[in-house]
Amino acid sequence: MADPVISVENLGKKYLLSHRSQGGEGLRHALERSLTAPARWLASRLRGAAAAPATETEEFWALRDVSFSVEPGEVVGIIGRNGAGKSTLLKILSRITEPTLGRVRIRGRVASLLEVGTGFHPELTGRENIFLNGAILGMTRAEIRAKFDEIVAFSEVERFLDTPVKRYSSGMYIRLAFSVAAHLEPEILVIDEVLAVGDAQFQKKCLGKMGEVSAKQGRTVLFVSHNMGAVAALCTKAVVLRQGQVAYPCGPTAGAIEHYLANLGASALIPLRDRTDREGRGDLRLVGFSLHDPEGNPLSHLVSGQPVQFRIHYETAPGKTSGRITGTFSLYAQGRHVSTLSSELTGNEFTGIPPRGTLRCTVNRLPLAEGNYLANLMIRRNGEIEDWIREGVDLKVENGDFFGTGRSVPPTHGGTLIEQEWTIGAD
Amino acid sequence: MPSSQGLILEAGRGEKHYWRDLWKYRELFYFLAWRDVVIRYKQTVVGVLWALLRPLLTTVVLTVTFSKIARIAAPAGTPYAMIVLAGMLPWTLFSGAFSGGSSSLVGNANLISKVYFPRLILPASAVIVGFVEFLISLLMLALLMAYYGIAPSARLLTLPLFTLVAVAAAAGPSIWIGALNVRYRDFTQIVPFLLLLGAYLSPVAYTTDHVFANDHLPAAWKFLYALNPMVGVIDGFRWAILGGAFPIRWPTFLLSLAVIALLLVGGIAYFRRTEKTFADVI
Repeated sequence: MADPVISVENLGKKYLLSHRSQGGEGLRHALERSLTAPARWLASRLRGAAAAPATETEEFWALRDVSFSVEPGEVVGIIGRNGAGKSTLLKILSRITEPTLGRVRIRGRVASLLEVGTGFHPELTGRENIFLNGAILGMTRAEIRAKFDEIVAFSEVERFLDTPVKRYSSGMYIRLAFSVAAHLEPEILVIDEVLAVGDAQFQKKCLGKMGEVSAKQGRTVLFVSHNMGAVAALCTKAVVLRQGQVAYPCGPTAGAIEHYLANLGASALIPLRDRTDREGRGDLRLVGFSLHDPEGNPLSHLVSGQPVQFRIHYETAPGKTSGRITGTFSLYAQGRHVSTLSSELTGNEFTGIPPRGTLRCTVNRLPLAEGNYLANLMIRRNGEIEDWIREGVDLKVENGDFFGTGRSVPPTHGGTLIEQEWTIGAD
Repeated sequence: MPSSQGLILEAGRGEKHYWRDLWKYRELFYFLAWRDVVIRYKQTVVGVLWALLRPLLTTVVLTVTFSKIARIAAPAGTPYAMIVLAGMLPWTLFSGAFSGGSSSLVGNANLISKVYFPRLILPASAVIVGFVEFLISLLMLALLMAYYGIAPSARLLTLPLFTLVAVAAAAGPSIWIGALNVRYRDFTQIVPFLLLLGAYLSPVAYTTDHVFANDHLPAAWKFLYALNPMVGVIDGFRWAILGGAFPIRWPTFLLSLAVIALLLVGGIAYFRRTEKTFADVI
């Protein structure tokens, strides 16, 4: 095995958060603060910066004891929820900020892409911005000149090359910015969530370009993303961060993604027993809601395109186990009714009701796009509403590979995913 | 950029090759300076002409106020406008470079939080922008000298030297206050104010003789006055352009040089001490 190109040892990064001890964010407080600011500043200077009396500082470890190493040519995904420390890690690796503890050893030229179009200036033309942005990303003028035509062709904005980018559409802007970045040739490329922007067509092109770069040219890539589809498609390994620590050591991508997804939510069962905002006769009561995979293992969250079994947990009042029961839940996103899943619709009316049980609804490929959904839950007996909880549960659907193409669907493309087949024919 | 034998990142590790790194990033330095020069005149009608118009108009106004209205006397044989212009040139260089340099880090916060490069590039390229404008405004000097029929003398060859001193005078405070500005935005308020005061406290519209040959001023005040590094710089310019009637006072000039060196060394030291935390606090 070759020497690692990146080795991270016990890395830690501490930030100091300052809290005003006397609260209040209003204008009066702001005025008060600004009036006393010079005095406080002087006081803190005299005592040494840490001892400012009006503010309390709290230590916050954005990263703690993080270790892993990356071999040449590997494409490593860094996964974690917001605030897990991913961006801090990338900032340290890109030399933007210094670690507080531990060390990083890097062999090779690093280029980092923490944002698309860093340093783009709206007043400059596309042509001028290519040079400026290239220089900012670490290319030499000769390199940019050599790749210029390729960059322009990739970006598809040839016609607007001499137009100031402030007049570009956001799509053109992003395409141009990404094209410059895609032509970087460092030994190590560090990329933050930059694929989240741009239209699907261009995203695919960029993913292709990145795949090509790592596969053919043996480049090492560190890749942060929330998009599990992209991570699965691109990365050879992945590491999961949680609250600044390594939750799943750098290993096979599939295992890391599983670990990440399994730990997204706190608990699998959403309790409903204590809800008081319910309507209906009440002989049957909704007591919980849970998500499972088809084998019955609990899931903590939903992924587009993945199979899922929804379970509505109920209890019956003593002796109320006769009759036909049906379960229904309606999904809402941003106040819009997305869909209704109901055993009434599928013609399943259950008799011989267990006194405590679950109504189970299996969906083979979840056709919901990434986003947050609210569900109304209802249980009926003999057509009458027994229990009904509006906005009973909050469901988060994670981005997934619904179409099996390695690409996810941006939430802006609508909430419902429809299985589809396209062909072309001559008339 | 890191060398092939490896780069180690850990707390408190000073860049071993700081100055070499800076040199490696010279192209970025060039592009940033170029960007600032280009965007300054984008979407303007007269474009670069502004670099000529501003010193011209200021010279006219100052000449009228100081010579015609306040009736300040000037050495015989030298048009007052020339005295003002010889002071205006280095002052515009200084104020342009200083105001650009002191806001350069905060103004490029986005770059600082997203890309690594030696941060010193930012104030340095802002100072260069001031220098480029200065070069353009030299055309004004040529025009005015021709208009008044003043023949250039061999002393004019020393002008680059004094220009260098002026650039150094702007660089020190730019670097220092630029770094301070990252943490204390108070300096965003202070700088324009300092420049306004500085225009009066420097011999721009009058000459150093008006201060030093003035018997009403206590010696201590004169010493304080001479601490202003621009005093030496402007004296140098006047001497190089207008000659004999405006001799350089060596004690004042050397004091200016000392203050400039102090500000430069102190500025760079402060900058390098705080540079690593820029991305965290900006």
